[in-house]
Amino acid sequence: MTMTERGFRPAVRFTQPTRRWLELFLIACGWGLGVLGTLQVGWTTGEPLGRRFWITAVVVGALAVIAHLVVRWRIPYADPFLLPVATTLTIIGLVMIYRLDVAAIQSAERRNQIPPTPDVYAQLTWYAIATMLFFAVVLVVRDHRRLQRYTYTCGLFGILLLILPLLPVIGSTVNGATLWVRVGSFSFQPGEAAKILLTIFFAGYLVMTRDSLAVVRTKFLGIGLPRARDLGPIFVAWVVSLAVLIFQKDLGTSLLFFGLFVTMLFIATQRRVWLGLGAVLFAVGALGSYFAFSHVRVRVQIWIDPFSFAQDQGYQIVQGLYGFANGGLFGTGLGNGYPQLVPFANTDFIVSALGEELGLTGLFAIVLLYGVLIERGLRTAVAVRDPFGQLLAAGLSITMALQVFVIIGGVTRLIPLTGLTTPFLSYGGSSLVANWIIVGLLMVMSHRARQPVAVQHSEPDALTQVVPITRGK
Amino acid sequence: MSELTLTLLRLAFLVGLWLFVLFTVLALRRDLRAPREARPARLDLSGPEPERVRQPKPVKAPKQPKKSKNTVGTALLVEEGPLAGTVILLGTEQVTIGRAPDSTLIADDDYVSSRHARIYPSEGVWMVEDLGSTNGTWLDRSRITSPAVLNPGVPVRIGRTVVKLQA
Repeated sequence: MTMTERGFRPAVRFTQPTRRWLELFLIACGWGLGVLGTLQVGWTTGEPLGRRFWITAVVVGALAVIAHLVVRWRIPYADPFLLPVATTLTIIGLVMIYRLDVAAIQSAERRNQIPPTPDVYAQLTWYAIATMLFFAVVLVVRDHRRLQRYTYTCGLFGILLLILPLLPVIGSTVNGATLWVRVGSFSFQPGEAAKILLTIFFAGYLVMTRDSLAVVRTKFLGIGLPRARDLGPIFVAWVVSLAVLIFQKDLGTSLLFFGLFVTMLFIATQRRVWLGLGAVLFAVGALGSYFAFSHVRVRVQIWIDPFSFAQDQGYQIVQGLYGFANGGLFGTGLGNGYPQLVPFANTDFIVSALGEELGLTGLFAIVLLYGVLIERGLRTAVAVRDPFGQLLAAGLSITMALQVFVIIGGVTRLIPLTGLTTPFLSYGGSSLVANWIIVGLLMVMSHRARQPVAVQHSEPDALTQVVPITRGK
Repeated sequence: MSELTLTLLRLAFLVGLWLFVLFTVLALRRDLRAPREARPARLDLSGPEPERVRQPKPVKAPKQPKKSKNTVGTALLVEEGPLAGTVILLGTEQVTIGRAPDSTLIADDDYVSSRHARIYPSEGVWMVEDLGSTNGTWLDRSRITSPAVLNPGVPVRIGRTVVKLQA
């Protein structure tokens, strides 16, 4: 240690506020909200809650508290808002999924059919798995800078995962979109994992190339355009997104990837011209596919005039809109509405179910929670000390933001409906797991960003990973 | 369950949801007041010196460095360059700046050397030293050739990056 040689005595030690108690408090609030909501569903619908409910509540609480303890143990300086907000959203999702289960069971009983298996326990299992993977990220990744070494590996695997559903045996088409992989009875959406891998790839790639991408060479109509040879990457991203749209018929994923790439390009180079270029390419792609593919055209027509398709392709969105109308400002109350009338109410349309039973007021609170989550992610991006981390944190937050915008916008008929899951709320394992991994990565990064330098160096084994120096220069 | 109880429950859930949002936003506000997350919460005096430096307060212009035994300056603020806006809390250890991945501040910049400069505490002040970089380290307007005292508010230019010590 050079410092001791110079005779320097450590006199002052700074401690950053970790605010872990705030985190625990907020988690407890979220858990209480979940219990209150479930009780309300039980009382309103007359469905007995029984022991199963309390076991579920204890399991959820235990998972959240263990997650909190792991954070305290390994990444004590991590952002204190990410974990409670994500947990609360997951819990609200669980409550709504349980509520829809109750509706399904009761309608089956009324018609003397065998009640369907409830989805909420499957979702609970997925939440447990997601929490385990969150731990894995916190314990294994520890230093996000290590991910930069796997830039191209991540890119390769990301693309592979994207095309996986198209493979003959394992790929499967559900409701016209080929985005599932089915192995035996187990199925997942590889697009969700691809989202994370491609964000890592974009971040690593843009760190290396952003200097050349920021060069403005030709001036055209007063707008500085990038050099022709630098246009390659944006075209590749555009073609890949179009391919996803054409072959997998998945509007949402296609939009998500292209939007993500363009936004990250803009953040990396700080050149607005990329946004303009992205918008132009988007417009060309959107218009082209509108005229070329019937499935895109149908979506747009439903968006413009859903009520003339109310009995066929537009049934889902029309029912969703009726749900919002029934909910009004303050909602019908949990267990009191008819959210089960909307097809896929617990996946794509969980927002309309929440809108019906919690009303506009409740929906706004949920949108605000997403806002907090994304703000904390972007704040992490500002605080992180290395360019790769900045891009990665920004990219991960933007994926989440885009996804929330695309699905809530679609359900509320702001934009044409595209099938994407609502992060944390929707029923479905792949999405829940992927979003919890994102939270894990963001928390690891924010821990490293907010950790005081002194601690970082004095406890090298416990807290930091010494990255071996690659001799470049 | 009576209608009234259910209505109350319904409102209770909404109120609870909004209280959660409110708590979060109130807690977030603290970040707005100390925007850079840079203010140390408390000062643990584990060393022998009993006196403590009053923390942040607006910069009182460069002070005489020998005033106190404790090191002047609490944080390094990156003012310009690719990492502008970043804050590094200073403790008792040196801060290294360079392109090497193990630097404290990794400047991704063609004009920065692998191990460009370091900022370290010495006898109550922070010193800045150039580690034999190609393009030099500039303290205010002059290129430094030997370790120099870094006073709060004086810009240090390293490649495209400019850092300042916060008092």
